[in-house]
Amino acid sequence: MEKDIREDIAWAQINKDVLKSLENPRKLYWIILFIAIAMVGVAVGCEVYQYQTGMGVANKNNSHVWGLYIATFIFWIGMSHSGTLLSAILHLMHADWRKPIYRFAEAMTTFSLMTAGLFVLVHLGRLWQVYYVMPYPSERWVWPNFQSPLVWDMFAIATYLSSSVIFLYVGMIPDLAICRDNIHSGWRKKLYTVMSLGWEGTDRQWRNFRITYLTVACFLIPLAVSVHSIVASDFAMSNMPGWHVTSFPPYFVAGALYSGCAAIITLFVILRYTFKFEEYMTLSIMRKLVRLTFAIAMVWTYLNMIEFASVWYGHDQTAKDQLIFKATGPYAPFFWAMIFFGSILPLMLAFKRFQTHLPILFVVSILLNVGMWLERWMIIAPSFAHGHYPWTWDHDQWPSFVQWGIVFGSFGWFTLLFMVFCKVFPSVSMYEVKEMVYHRTLALKGKSAAKGGH
Amino acid sequence: MSIVNLLGNWSDFRQQHPSDEHKHLEYKWAMSIDLDACTGCNACSVACYAENNLPVVGKEKFSHGHSHHWMRIERYWDNDGREFADQGAQFLPMLCQQCESAPCETVCPVGATNHTADGLNSQNYHRCVGSRYCNANCPYKVRYFNWYDYPTTENVWPEPMRQQLNPDATVRGKGVMEKCTFCLQRLRAAQSTARTEGRSVRDGEVQTACQQVCPTGAITFGNLVDPEAKVGKQWMQQQVELNKDKQVKDTAEHASKLRGYRVLEELRTYPSVMYLEQLRESAI
Repeated sequence: MEKDIREDIAWAQINKDVLKSLENPRKLYWIILFIAIAMVGVAVGCEVYQYQTGMGVANKNNSHVWGLYIATFIFWIGMSHSGTLLSAILHLMHADWRKPIYRFAEAMTTFSLMTAGLFVLVHLGRLWQVYYVMPYPSERWVWPNFQSPLVWDMFAIATYLSSSVIFLYVGMIPDLAICRDNIHSGWRKKLYTVMSLGWEGTDRQWRNFRITYLTVACFLIPLAVSVHSIVASDFAMSNMPGWHVTSFPPYFVAGALYSGCAAIITLFVILRYTFKFEEYMTLSIMRKLVRLTFAIAMVWTYLNMIEFASVWYGHDQTAKDQLIFKATGPYAPFFWAMIFFGSILPLMLAFKRFQTHLPILFVVSILLNVGMWLERWMIIAPSFAHGHYPWTWDHDQWPSFVQWGIVFGSFGWFTLLFMVFCKVFPSVSMYEVKEMVYHRTLALKGKSAAKGGH
Repeated sequence: MSIVNLLGNWSDFRQQHPSDEHKHLEYKWAMSIDLDACTGCNACSVACYAENNLPVVGKEKFSHGHSHHWMRIERYWDNDGREFADQGAQFLPMLCQQCESAPCETVCPVGATNHTADGLNSQNYHRCVGSRYCNANCPYKVRYFNWYDYPTTENVWPEPMRQQLNPDATVRGKGVMEKCTFCLQRLRAAQSTARTEGRSVRDGEVQTACQQVCPTGAITFGNLVDPEAKVGKQWMQQQVELNKDKQVKDTAEHASKLRGYRVLEELRTYPSVMYLEQLRESAI
């Protein structure tokens, strides 16, 4: 049995290694950062053009009114789920192996939510009026329409975003104190001093900290499930064939966890290399992560089949036609690519030899996410191209460069936020890794003591 | 949707289902379109452009599906295995069906589209944020989005055409949804005249633009509550009832003489527009 972490790493060494990531990453870091900024530039340019000219430049039309923006919105919302899975659910389950990787998974949650939020704005025809969706006090007492799933969305995402920021921050406090004590000058010193809230590591502080962290974790788990269920309601509550499916909420949640886990694998490989975290992000942890991803991939496949079966054996002829259209119409290559990347490719992860092969995992995890992005797109576009009404059937629209540009740029935006975070804040939780090392030493001592007794 | 409405008279604005408990008291605007009389001449569509200040988007934007025909003539070819249809195309003038339980109303995040007391599905342009959820949920796809800022776009209304814009209707800017209103400006003018004179609007006193110009008189419009109204008589004749999702025509065997139906009725949207089926040669 491989070890999740070496038990003989000194605590000071852990501090040193992690703090080093705040100082001098490999050159690759700066290259990634530069590419990310360039990508954001593309998206900003597209958005400015679209804002000035009108939504028409995105090339949607009057029956095909939603496009890549909504598809990518669901994608990013989905991506945010695994952070919570790793940090909150596995925290409650006392899974020790999550400790070195949960911090960046949580950061991923926060930043992908922030990316998703932008897509709502980009999608709106009059984004300068977006505050109409919020129940704010106004002279005319006008409120949003509480029947609309989009309003639920607004509440759910805002709550989830603020809670996950709190969760990320609370979990970081002891580490921020370490940073504060080890950095001698500059703006960072001030930042850490303010943010560590005078952490000294006293017993009382630790006790309060544990309780707070556990409370927020418990609060976050139902939120994570509800957020994606509500996003699924945007579709399941409508009467569009292909969307009007009862199993959508669990299907969406499974898809979310799936794409999130795949993204964690991708980031795991990148961080391990750029910040030289080989000691902490070990292959043994990767193996566990890959197994988890495999399990979720199979759950997603199962729910996908349920969806197809319920449409196929249901009495809704329109929905059935829609499914056939997806599989055989102009979207067929993307549909089958989704099935391949989402359900067939992950079978590879069941084999031991691939479970720790980082280059292969890197490519596969990206392809899994391509599959998951296609899944979201296959929910949106074909439904509009083949709805209830025959007039819409020849009104298909291929997204314009503006849409593709903004989708492309969103990946840059996410990478930018994430990479800046990893450079400014410790992306491996120092105090929890120490805990993990300590637990291992205890376990070993226990073993040798037991041996000695004989 | 204001808090007062939310707590007090919600059902007036969000009719889930037309029923006898919530009757339309004075007005329920409705339409019937005789497909046998329709020649597909598109006059209704043109009249609608003129009456409601619909932007003429031009060939290129039209080809991208950005046109604003609130009233559109759809063509269907019933080939029946032959190379060409014997009777040529069949036409279906499609406009907002002013559903009694409209799928677009419930999903609008800001409550920009609501039900009016006289049974219309209203659209509030000022409130609309352009999420386009209403269009996504509309089974008939009769909602049109302002993809560009047409009032400031060249050649939408080139110079003398500006004089033609109807001052009673608005001109919509970019990013809002719009759709057929049953010529709301005309209805409101007639209703207010009638109210001043202490009576209800008489049948035939108000016409929609499409109805007015139809050369074959295929479109009938009026108040369904008014027992004298022609539209109500037509509905009655065809045994089409507002609050049913299946009409006699679909159920009874002896009903082959009935021609009235509503589009996608089984989705339980309870549309206010009844169509009279085209007579086919085989049926005569």
